[in-house]
Amino acid sequence: MLKVHEYQAKEIFKKYGIPTPKEKVCKDVTEVIAASREIGTPCVIKAQVMVGGRGKAGGIKVAKNGDEAKQYAQQILGMEIKGIPVKKVLVSEAVAITHEAYLGIIIDRTEKKTVVMACKEGGVEIEEVARKNPEAIYKVYADPLLGLMDHHARAVGLFLYDDPKKAFGCASIAQKLYKIFTHLDASLVEINPLVIDQTGQLIALDAKINFDDNGLYRHADVAAMRDRESEDANELRARECDLSYVKLDGDIGCVVNGAGLAMATMDLVKHFGGEPANFLDIGGSSSPEKVKNALDILLKDKNVKVIFFNIFGGITRCDDVANGILQAKRELNIKQPIVARLTGTNEEKAMEILKTAGLVFATTMDEGAKKALELLK
Amino acid sequence: MSILVDKNTKLLVQGITGRDGSFHTRQMLNYGTTVVAGVTPGKGGVEVEGVPVFNSVAEAVKKTHANTSIIFVPAQFAASAVYEAIDGGIKLIVCVSEGIPTIELVKITAYMKDKNCRLIGPNSPGLVSAGDAKVGILPGHIFKKGSVGVISRSGTLTYEIVDHITKVGLGQSTCIGIGGDPIIGTKFIDCLELFAHDKETAAVVVVGEIGGRDEQDTAVYVKKHFKKPVFGFIAGKTAPPDKRMGHAGAIISGTSGTAAEKIKVFKECGIKVGDTPAEVAQLVKSTVKD
Repeated sequence: MLKVHEYQAKEIFKKYGIPTPKEKVCKDVTEVIAASREIGTPCVIKAQVMVGGRGKAGGIKVAKNGDEAKQYAQQILGMEIKGIPVKKVLVSEAVAITHEAYLGIIIDRTEKKTVVMACKEGGVEIEEVARKNPEAIYKVYADPLLGLMDHHARAVGLFLYDDPKKAFGCASIAQKLYKIFTHLDASLVEINPLVIDQTGQLIALDAKINFDDNGLYRHADVAAMRDRESEDANELRARECDLSYVKLDGDIGCVVNGAGLAMATMDLVKHFGGEPANFLDIGGSSSPEKVKNALDILLKDKNVKVIFFNIFGGITRCDDVANGILQAKRELNIKQPIVARLTGTNEEKAMEILKTAGLVFATTMDEGAKKALELLK
Repeated sequence: MSILVDKNTKLLVQGITGRDGSFHTRQMLNYGTTVVAGVTPGKGGVEVEGVPVFNSVAEAVKKTHANTSIIFVPAQFAASAVYEAIDGGIKLIVCVSEGIPTIELVKITAYMKDKNCRLIGPNSPGLVSAGDAKVGILPGHIFKKGSVGVISRSGTLTYEIVDHITKVGLGQSTCIGIGGDPIIGTKFIDCLELFAHDKETAAVVVVGEIGGRDEQDTAVYVKKHFKKPVFGFIAGKTAPPDKRMGHAGAIISGTSGTAAEKIKVFKECGIKVGDTPAEVAQLVKSTVKD
């Protein structure tokens, strides 16, 4: 799932004609001072990080004048929010809010359709509302082949606003959101809050868009929006090597073929009292090169004390994995002990290849996980 | 008996001339599956592993009476291959391709409505009716004919669990990998409805994972409607929120779709849940006599 910053989502909103506040993205204090002059004060300084709870963490401040804008910019730029450093801020006109609401689109996996959701409260955590007070959310399913029909979009607007002018303005925004969602292969588009200002205008005060990774191949412009700095360098590298990696906090590094088995392997390590260091799926037709890359990525995590290979060969050939382990041992100076459970296609060949490699072997994943744990002691 | 595929399956391989398509055609033939045709537009007239290749699904169906199709084409062309199979009169489509944009599945679902056709997948390893037919990429040697039905969102984890079931002395009726994507053609409940009427199936193992609420819905269905014993396993107890764990569908959104939540509902609905793959097989063995 590709996430983008608020300012990037708002650029897309503007392109599709959704009203947003006057604002400017800045990367240093000088730019903030200039932007606050251009936009005027009071203005809002908003940290651009892709985590929730920015306001609570002190990442959103209202500056009454230029001096405050400068002061807050100094505070926010460089601060960390949930461990992520703030590299950019958005300087935004301060909107006098008279009404707040929620408007969003996701794919409903159960109904197998896109669904537009509206809620009369703005700034809410929509999943929280869905769980605690589902009646507060108004839902309209778009027709998969016809799209979001006008009367459906108007129904969303009329749910949120009594005034027909505002309701139909909202309907038009819902239509534009739906266009963004379907044109760009989004997995979530959200205006939270959608506000009404003193003059009665609807404005998207915040913007969030997540994209479906599977759709990125046909949207180079979206793929280019990826903020590489805000992502784990190892996870990025893994993606480039066509591996699926997620870092966790434990010390037993797991190398597995297949996502389900990779999760089950992490769970098994935990089940026997250990802590998995990562999720790592080397995928189907794994070449020795891919296995080497996997180990290289895994070992960048200095917490890893033991490596546990759990391979159930189907398309993946155990001898390919074995050759990858050998190659990695030669080239990467691996000090950590390796527990190998390789079963299925060509497992005998794999054993032959690895018999003098100094590995600890296991025939089942239970045995492998237990041996990995013993090696920690 | 078994469900979905058997000795009457006449298989068509879409993308048969590709690397994966040709390799698995050989594997499926070795298992005893009747592979009658292949389709790669532009390559009609050649043979792959002794199987005739056609330019279109319609032509292949007309000449060979294929009733089932398996799709091995790259993600960019996979949705189009599914539409061609639907219009070509194929009754069961198994889509192995991974990486189809989710919005395409929304459209495919709508297009398939009212058509007499079923889709399994995408991002599915396929299915095996033990001893009768293999339509997919699952390793054939781990299966043994028997009475346990298996339904799973995963590939290799399914092999792991099937292997355990076989090693405790039981066998499988049909094992279905329904696919790891957020939207899939055939869900757990759809498979259970078929297993309910299959005399050969005495019990069913449901292998789920984090993300979505299919497992929760399935548990409620089992409690209300399904008479045979059901066993469960859920992968991803240690998965962090908001991170895609390999499969496009395996993601905890905020606090929903966690393994803990799914396991809780399973247990509440009378589904025995194994903590490990090995334990699942032990649970099945304690109930089912093959």
